[in-house]
Formats: sequence, structure tokens, C-alpha cells
Amino acid sequence: MIQVRQLSKHYGATRAVDDISFEVSEHENLVLLGTSGCGKTTTLKMLNRLIEPTHGQVLIDGQDISQQKPELLRRNIGYVLQNNGLFPHYTVAENIATVPQLLNWDVGRITKRMHELLEKLHLPADLLKLYPQQLSGGQQQRVGLARALMADAPVLLMDEPFGALDTITRTKIQAEFKALDELQRKTIVMVTHDVQEAFELGNRIALMHQGRIVQIGTPAELLFNPASAFVKEFLQAQRLQLELKSVKLTDVWDNLPTPIVSGMQPVACNEQSVWWAMERFKEHAIQNIAVQHPQTHQVKTITFEQLMSAYYQYQNALQPHE
Amino acid sequence: MNEQSQTLWQFMQQQHDKLLTQTLEHIGLTFISLLIAVFVGLPLGILIARKRPLSGPVLGIAGVLQTIPSIALLGFMIPLLGIGAKPAIVALFLYALLPIIRNTYTGVTGVDASVKEAALAMGMSLKQVLFKVELPLAMPVILAGIRTATVINVGVATLASYIAAGGLGEFIFGGISLNNSNMILAGAIPAALLAILFDLLLSFVQKLNFKKVRTGAYTLPVILLVLASFYFVPSAYGGKLTAGFTPEFMGRQDGNLGLQQKYGLKIHTIVINDAVMYNAAFEKQLDVISGYSTDGRLKAFNLVVLDDDKKIFPPYYAAPIVREDALRKFPELEKTLNLLAGHINDSIMTELNYRTDYLHQTPEQVAKDFLATHHLYKPARNGNGGTVRIGSKIFGEQYILASMYSMLIKGYTNYNVATKTGLGGTKICFDALTNNQIDFYPEYTGTGLLVILQPSKKVVDTVGLDKNKTYSYVQQSFQNKYGIKWLKPIGFNNAYALMMRRQQADELQIHTISDLKNYLNSAQK
Repeated sequence: MIQVRQLSKHYGATRAVDDISFEVSEHENLVLLGTSGCGKTTTLKMLNRLIEPTHGQVLIDGQDISQQKPELLRRNIGYVLQNNGLFPHYTVAENIATVPQLLNWDVGRITKRMHELLEKLHLPADLLKLYPQQLSGGQQQRVGLARALMADAPVLLMDEPFGALDTITRTKIQAEFKALDELQRKTIVMVTHDVQEAFELGNRIALMHQGRIVQIGTPAELLFNPASAFVKEFLQAQRLQLELKSVKLTDVWDNLPTPIVSGMQPVACNEQSVWWAMERFKEHAIQNIAVQHPQTHQVKTITFEQLMSAYYQYQNALQPHE
Repeated sequence: MNEQSQTLWQFMQQQHDKLLTQTLEHIGLTFISLLIAVFVGLPLGILIARKRPLSGPVLGIAGVLQTIPSIALLGFMIPLLGIGAKPAIVALFLYALLPIIRNTYTGVTGVDASVKEAALAMGMSLKQVLFKVELPLAMPVILAGIRTATVINVGVATLASYIAAGGLGEFIFGGISLNNSNMILAGAIPAALLAILFDLLLSFVQKLNFKKVRTGAYTLPVILLVLASFYFVPSAYGGKLTAGFTPEFMGRQDGNLGLQQKYGLKIHTIVINDAVMYNAAFEKQLDVISGYSTDGRLKAFNLVVLDDDKKIFPPYYAAPIVREDALRKFPELEKTLNLLAGHINDSIMTELNYRTDYLHQTPEQVAKDFLATHHLYKPARNGNGGTVRIGSKIFGEQYILASMYSMLIKGYTNYNVATKTGLGGTKICFDALTNNQIDFYPEYTGTGLLVILQPSKKVVDTVGLDKNKTYSYVQQSFQNKYGIKWLKPIGFNNAYALMMRRQQADELQIHTISDLKNYLNSAQK
């Protein structure tokens, strides 16, 4: 869907982005992760030509974006800004309708789509008449997201979308974001400096440092097969939680004890992580939980200790022997 | 009825026609120029916000224009655009430009970068970003600039009367010249009220919320247009002959009022400042002007004085007038000032004025040359026996006389001299004298009689036409009333006079004011 080839951006002698290449496949969520100044935002902005590259090429859907008119290109790419960038002189409704207006949609279509999105994003309709500064931070960010999604562009670029929110709001919106069916249909490139967020939301992560991509891969690959000491260091602080989040129940399935019939109602575990299962033990203060494999429909009832031991077995098998 | 005993309200009622016309002219001048300034300044401000390197030069030039004194700017306009509304509007436009350009620039560049980025990222073209985002968000700042420009223009528009563009300045400057406080206030109060009113109105527009400002931005030009249409350009170019009279001449018994009463002269008249009047006559913008019979420009511009055959202009013999306590403080002063008495007749004074007004020699140079030729000049003694303060009105002849007196005092006595030249008009000069701001200045007998003393009509009729009677009357009255002494007359008579271009006067065979009246009457039929 998106191909980036040998992309560079130089400011005088400084190489903000230095010869990077990567691809994002359709419906994938790629996270550009790194500390500030690593070139992740510059990279993102070169994808919709807010910044023009010094060298290199970007193809979207096989088309070279430098050959397209910037404003037409951008109308087909959703964009969410860190500080939401809502227009202070527009009402919420006018903000959300910005792109469809530019695309000359009729009023009926705009209203229909707007109410559809409001519902999905849990925004009450009476917000529409308000101005952005009258909303809470979380609401502003949801409106920013609605504005980016409104025209249903296939590609969505997000620049630290949850960066300005407090921790509680952020966790909540991240969860909603993950559950949003709209986003399953989109190819997303998201910039963040928050490791947790990257692991929570990204299908793949590109870890950037000094204008270059140090490693690109799935969360598990970065954790268990770090390409360099830098990658290992970068993830060290939150390692355990990240690992528990990046390993799925289906990954450790074979290490769990053989089926025991308990009569408990089993929970299907498609994408759920070991961390998710641990949270359930804590949340419900129970000894056993029953889980069901999505493909084989096999049901296993497990204890917390059994889960942990299965996880360690899996981890030992994965890591190279030292 | 003596004007001094009138209340301001009576004056305004009596003059309500003029007041209304002047107010409308004032509003018109202010808003025509403002409208042009908005049309020019707004795009220019946007341009320099887009192309930042241009902002320095553009704001610099607009800033320099702002610092040119208003009168000088109006003066520059005359050779280019003549007199009347055009040069006044151009000058006001130039003054309004800076606040509008600067605030547009500040407003547009001050829009939050992330909002601009969002607008671009949504797929707006640069034009759409400007009209949908930048201008609406910058609008309160831009309106603040327009508001500043409006208030500046209401103030500067008072000066438009200097170049015959009308407005409330006619009353203000006429009143200053005529020592008529009611007239000053009748111009100044409405002007101040206009400034406050427009400021309030615009501040109201500025405080409207974002949404309404967007409609406000479109209605504003319409409102400006309506206000601008108040101004009907005074028809300075209509009629057979056009007269240009100073505000002072307009209101004086020995000026326009006398011309109307005694001669029955009806001529299309515009009000103009005397600094530009001669030039306007020379440039054929005006046909008849009210000048001074010793003015050097008479010679320079080849003008001819019309004979005052019915004697309405009283004698204007010049003499220094001194506060008596100053004479006691500086015992040598009277003797020294009288050195000049009898030395300058009309033609000498005209010649001296010609050298300053037309040949652009400095008054000091002209004064020194004159004193040297008449063996009156002595080098300065640089004594320290106290400082004599000399005043003068704001025209060349007074500067020359002040310089001569300064040199005489320095050369013949041990006193020091401080000169306060360029005091706006008779009222300002005379007030400075009575309030002990200056010690003496050269005054004219006719002015002393008609402007300062303002005696009854009967007195004017008996003493007003004979130079000796006038002199002794003002001398006595000043002494009794103000404690001010008239010294010996210098010799020349700088009376009011009507003048025309020599060529035109010859062609139309107009040599007296009665000829002029007859010509006009025949032309009107």
C-alpha cells in the first residue's frame, strides 16, 4: 500500500531523515517509534507532502506522490495531529465536515456520515454546535480523529495522537481506538515516543534513531530478537510488561496443561495476550479461568501459576541460548 | 452681537448648516481614505506574511510615511494633486496604511502553526487556508488595526481644511485665527466625538464572536462605502471664478464678511491654508485669494493686488508690542526695539519677504543683510543681563522681524535672547504674551483692533480707516486693558488684500474689488 524508498530529508548539514526505506501493507498499522529528534515526525509528514523530501520516493497504491497535486493527495489521506489542530473558529460539526466540504459532498451525505462516526466514537450529538475550546481534551482528540476519518480515506497518518492526554484518558481512548472497526479497514502509520502505546497498537514497529530505522518488525521480534544493543536498551525499562503484552495466549497454548473439564463458561481467545489473562485473574479475584482456542475450539481451564509457567517455557524456547 | 458673549450652544445652532456639512465632509474624508487603505493594506499585509523577506522594507516604508508631519505631507501633495479632496484623501490614506498592514501581518503570522498545518493536511489549497483559516482567525487583530487607523484619520482629517478639503478643521483653525473659542470648540468637540464613536463601534465589531466576525468581514466594506459616500467633493473647479480664503479671513469683519456686506461680493469660495494658497493661485487652482499686501510671493508668483475702493481693509501697521513689566525689567529694550522704526516701507518688506519665501534665504541671513546695509548691525556682545523672550507668528515676515530684533538686542544691549517663533496665530501669540510666556512680538494695528479688542461697530467705523487713529486707539486700549505697550511703528502696512494673477486680471480688466463684483454679477446672468 505504502512504499518508501531511500527517503532523506536534510536541513543544511543535519540529516533529519537519512536514507530510510520501508513498506506498509494494506490494513496494517505501522508505528514509527523513537525519542524526540529521531526523525519520525519528519518521515510521517513526507508521506502527505507537508514536508518535501531531499531525496527518495514515496509510492501510495503504486503512485508516486510527488506527481500528484498536494491538496488532492491530502484529501485522500486522513491526518491526526498531536495537539488535535482543530479550527478554533469552526464548530465541532464544521471541523468534522472540513474534508467532505472540500470534496463537495452533499449535505445529506455529510450529516449521515457524521452521525455514524459520532456514535462509533462515543461523542454525544449535542457537541456538534460547540466550539473546540469548549470540549475536554479527550473529546477534542476524538473530534480530531472523526475529522480524519470522515471522508473514509484508505490511509491514515497519526502524529502522536494521544500524546497530549492524561494517562487515564489515554488508556481509555487507546482501547476504543483498538476496537474501532473503521480502523481495521485502514492502512495506518502512527508516530509515538511511548513504547507501551507502540506495542499496544502497532502491528509492526519501526524503531528510529538519528534519522535511521534501527529495526523494523513485530513487537515480539523487537523484544525477543533485538537487532542491536540499542533496541534492547530502548525496551529494557518496560521489558516484562511488554513481553506479556506481546505474547498471545495462542502462542503459549501448547505449554498449558491438558484439558480439564470444569464446567466453566470458556472465553474465546483470538488476539488476547498473556497480560490480558493475568488482568482477568486480578480483576475477578478467581483461581481458574477457562479459555477456548479460536481454531481448534479446545477448552482449557488454567490457574495463574500454570499460565506463568507456560509463558516462561515459551520464552526460553524463543530466546537464543547464552 | 459680539461673538464672545455667545454661548457655544448658540454658536452651534447659528452655524448648524456649516457644522453638518463639515461633519459629513469629515466623516467622508476619513472613510474614503480608510476604505482605500483597507483595499491596499490588507493584500499587502497578506503578501508580506507569505513572503517574509518583504516585510522589513514594506513595514519600513509605511513607518516612514507615518512619521512625515501631516502638514508637510499635505504640502507635498499640492504640486502633484492640486488642492481639495484628492490630496487630502491621498495623505490620509498614507497615514492609515501602516496600522492596517502591520496588524494584518501580525494577525496572519500569529495564527497557530498547528492549525495551519491541520488546514493544509486536510487538503486545503493555499488560497483556502487563507480565506477559511488565516483571515478569520486574524480578523480581531486586523480589525484592531483598522480601528487605530480610523482614530488616526479622524484626527488628521482636521488638517484637510488647510488644502481646501473641508472638514471640521475649518472651524478649529478658523477659531484659532479669530480668537473665537466657540468656533474652536464647535469643530473640536464633534471631531473628538466622532473619534470616540467610531472607536466604540469598531471595538464592538471586534468583540463579536468568531462566527459573526466572518459576516462582519463582509459587511465592513459596505459600511465603509456608505460612510464614505457622505463626502461630496467640494466643487473647487465649478463656477466662473473661485476664491480661496484663509479660515481667518473667512470669519473677519475686515475680511469676507466685509466683502459681502460692503461690496455685495458673491464668489464661490473655498477655505484654504495660507501656506499653500499662493501656490494654488499660481497653479490656476484658485483665481482670487486673500493675501497680505507685503507678501513676497506676490512678486514671486506675479500676482496683482485689487484696489480696495470702498476701504474695508483697515490699516495694518506693524509695531512691536511689549508687556510693560518686561520694559521695566529690561530698561534698554524699548530704545533698542525702536531702532528699527521707520526703516521698512511696504516695498522693502515685500522684497525681504520675497527673499525668504521665494529665494529661500534664511530669515537670519535676510535680517542680517538688511541691518548691515542700513548700518544698524553690531556683532553680538554675549552679555548676561537676563533673557528677553521674542515671539512671532508662523509666517516669513514675522520670522524676519524676530531675527532683526534678536540681532539688535544682542548687539546693542547685554541681554540674552530666546526666540519662540512660529506661534500658530494671533490668539496663540497674544495669549503667550499676556501669560508671560514671551516678552514681546510684532503685531499689526488692524489685528489689534479687530481681533483682540473687538470694539463696537461704531468705534471701528470711526477709528478703523485712518492709520494714526487706529494706532492711538489700540495703543491706549492695550495699555489700559492688558498693560501692554505698542512701540513705534516699523513703517510698513501689511494690510489684507485681494489678489489675482496679473495676466487674468488684465484679461478680465479687473483692477478694483468693485470691478471683480461687477464681473461676477455679469457672469452669473
